Amino acid sequence: MAPTARGDVSRRPPVDPDLDAGPAGAPFDRGRRARSGRNRAVVLALACGGAAGAVTRYAVALAMPAAAGAFPWGTFVINVTGSFVLGFLLILVLEQFPRGRLARPILGAGFLGAYTTFSTFMVDAVQLVHDGRPTTAVAYVLASLFAGLLAVWLGMGSARVAIRAERWVQETDR
Amino acid sequence: MTMLLFLLVAVGGFVGAPSRYLLDRAVSQRVGSDLPWGTFLVNVSGSLVLGFLTGLSLGGHLPDAATALLATGFCGAYTTFSTFTFETVRLLQDGRILHAAGNAAVSVAVGLAAAAAGFALGLAV
Repeated sequence: MAPTARGDVSRRPPVDPDLDAGPAGAPFDRGRRARSGRNRAVVLALACGGAAGAVTRYAVALAMPAAAGAFPWGTFVINVTGSFVLGFLLILVLEQFPRGRLARPILGAGFLGAYTTFSTFMVDAVQLVHDGRPTTAVAYVLASLFAGLLAVWLGMGSARVAIRAERWVQETDR
Repeated sequence: MTMLLFLLVAVGGFVGAPSRYLLDRAVSQRVGSDLPWGTFLVNVSGSLVLGFLTGLSLGGHLPDAATALLATGFCGAYTTFSTFTFETVRLLQDGRILHAAGNAAVSVAVGLAAAAAGFALGLAV
């Protein structure tokens, strides 16, 4: 039995992008040593991606400072762009490189997971209410949610168009 | 000083991102549901902690270096918005509209409550 069914991942990615593409609970045939070595490699890859993502977010936040009571554009831009890239990337990685082991942890769960932030999103909203701007807080929460979901969907769609365009170019070149 | 703050943010991210992965994986294996409970738990707990740190910081009880390491670095990287929106869109694409709407609404409602509770606690210190 193959270790995991990576070769035949369905066109649709799993709901949870941080976890393996293989079927839930698929047994690994390799020994415990190989398994724990692989886990360590994944965790280290994630950590490096996470450090880079956090630093990138900090740089963007410094470049777009929000005054107290103002709409937090920095966090908004970070979360929406990160959602777009994650949608694009997961479709690309799953369809083009289904055997790649570390691309997903490094870029998806590591870099983009750390670049985007849910806690700052929530605390921004709480601070807006604290500063007496409840309307801005509600607008911020709804706009972030709506734009974030739309961005993931557009990212996934863009990746599918890009993959199809590349296949078409390869076929017409033959 | 700015270089030091960047370094501290990187160290926080280096620890925060794998913490999220390990907790998410442990929760998903235990719960056995394909609803994204792992991401939910990560985001709510991180919002509580960041709320607390922000309250402390407003009260002048948290130095800049600690804010960079724990708030911007660790909490920012530990919690994730992109995985949350991705999982919600995947539920929508599976036709599970109620699950998707529930995931978005409950994550935001409980996340806001956690952040507000942490913030009040931090201010009170």
